Amino acid sequence: MTAGVLLSSEMRGDRIELNAAGSWTAEYAGAIEPQVEAATRTVTARNIAINITRIDYLDTYGAWLIERALRNWTTQGRDARLVGLREDYRGLFEKVHAGTQTLSPAPPRRNSIIATLESVGMTMAGVGGDLVLLAQMIGSLMIAIKRVMLRPTTFRFTSMVHQLERVGWRAVPIVLLITVLIGAILAQQGIFHFRKFGADIYVIDMVGVLVLREIGVLIVCIMVAGRSGSSYTAELGAMRMREEVDALRTMGFDPIEVLILPRILALVIAVPILTFLGSMAALYGGGLVSWLYGGIQPEVFLTRLREAVTTTTFEVGMIKAPFMALVIGVVACVEGLQVQGSAESLGEKTTNSVVKSIFLVIVLDGVFAMFFASIGM
Amino acid sequence: MADESIIEVRDLVVELKGNRILNGVTLDVYRGEILGFVGASGAGKSVLTRTILGLLPKQEGRIDVFGVNLDEAGEMQRQEIERRWGILFQQGALFSSLTVGENVEFPIREYLDISDRLMTEIAITKLEMVGLKPDVYRKYPSELSGGMIKRVALARALALDPEILFLDEPTSGLDPISAGDFDQLILTLQQTSSMAVFMVTHDLDSLHTICDRIAVLGDGKIIEAGTMDRMLASQHPWMRAYFHGVRARTGLLAAARS
Repeated sequence: MTAGVLLSSEMRGDRIELNAAGSWTAEYAGAIEPQVEAATRTVTARNIAINITRIDYLDTYGAWLIERALRNWTTQGRDARLVGLREDYRGLFEKVHAGTQTLSPAPPRRNSIIATLESVGMTMAGVGGDLVLLAQMIGSLMIAIKRVMLRPTTFRFTSMVHQLERVGWRAVPIVLLITVLIGAILAQQGIFHFRKFGADIYVIDMVGVLVLREIGVLIVCIMVAGRSGSSYTAELGAMRMREEVDALRTMGFDPIEVLILPRILALVIAVPILTFLGSMAALYGGGLVSWLYGGIQPEVFLTRLREAVTTTTFEVGMIKAPFMALVIGVVACVEGLQVQGSAESLGEKTTNSVVKSIFLVIVLDGVFAMFFASIGM
Repeated sequence: MADESIIEVRDLVVELKGNRILNGVTLDVYRGEILGFVGASGAGKSVLTRTILGLLPKQEGRIDVFGVNLDEAGEMQRQEIERRWGILFQQGALFSSLTVGENVEFPIREYLDISDRLMTEIAITKLEMVGLKPDVYRKYPSELSGGMIKRVALARALALDPEILFLDEPTSGLDPISAGDFDQLILTLQQTSSMAVFMVTHDLDSLHTICDRIAVLGDGKIIEAGTMDRMLASQHPWMRAYFHGVRARTGLLAAARS
């Protein structure tokens, strides 16, 4: 195959005939286009004919380039014609000729400062919208709970147990591993710095209070948000994309009751258990490091721990757990149900779910800190 | 019909998870023909298509596309082949994060070095060729109806003016009028560009009205390949049930009338 060329020839008075030859195909379109452009600019004759008898191969690309030149000339009020159209290319030319190419102009690009301000404003409005959606979800959840309590047989017990296995039981190893490490790191850092004041023994107070009140529940919630919250969002999102949620609704089931209630209940049950296990693991890690690194005997550690922490310390951590689980579950489900048709939207909502639930968990932790301080716990 | 075959499949064996799906398939697709490919659900039509396209591995046999053995083709040769075929997936498989225009321009941008202006014009030409209005150019696939998605996907499959077009159940999910239009569209496009069309279908109307040849897959082999008359004359029980069943009558009537 040879590249397509447009040769000018025979200028007869006011009439010119251009000869096209070679392959006018996609492959050579890049090389042909400038020639056609040049011809449309330079040819001045009133009557123009493009002779295509010598074209070897022609496809949409070549046909469109010829059609474009003809249209250009015609709109300039000149007489442009196609000569030597072979029968087998007629259909192609008719198709291309029928195209209107009327594309409405792209919306103008806006001032970047205004665009930035607008996106800030939209984000803030989005935050407001999110809060409304969260409140709505909690409301529908309450209604679903009421309905289930009136007719306990409708509760999806199997589904909840299944979710409990996924978000609770299967999360145990990774939660234990991470919290042991966190406890160990806390203790090591404490010993390293407290030793300068000869206050090594207070490491036990620090680890005990910190782990039971704050770190245990926070680490577990962050893990759960990343592990289970994201999977809830992705699952519900995919179900929405494949119209499974709509299918449920048309069969007379409430998706909140069937899909969301068991999931959130499973989280509310699993997170306190994981928090308890995680806190114990962190204390264990702290004790181990205190012994091996700080030389504090286990008996000393335990005695000191008993003096340092009270049941209240433990309670403060555990009370927070179910509320945080609720926040993670509600955020994950709200985001999941927001997923639109595209794959991009699924990814975006999953990210949102994790980011928002971790943010809200930390905000909630701050609110609880103030609350407990004011009631003296 | 020219006798030059664009695709040659010889003694193809494909196993999936230990199940032998295709057991010695031999099939030719000739230049410039529309080949209808039928078979019971689960017979392995999609498996054969996906194997030819290189999406599934094969155990035995050989596949030649444009005279090149796919096993021996190097990276460059493979790309060259991929440039020359277009595929319409059953659900359209449009990239949901790109606009319609970007979807159609996607293969053009990858394979050809042409100006942005020409690229846009070609994309719009293709969209108009498949019967869409140019204003879908800036829409996202999620804003389109099922029929429109199929058309956009067809425009994308045609973006590089392929020599062979693979269609996976092009008319499934379309209403009979749209399906008929779509058949005619494929026929017109095929005639204007003289490409070959490999069409997996269950639509008897399509088989009657636009297919030059039909190949039937059963028991992991090609039971029969040939014109509609041969299909109707066949004594194979599945084919008799298929081509002479209740639903086949309307197709026969339609063919008789036209």
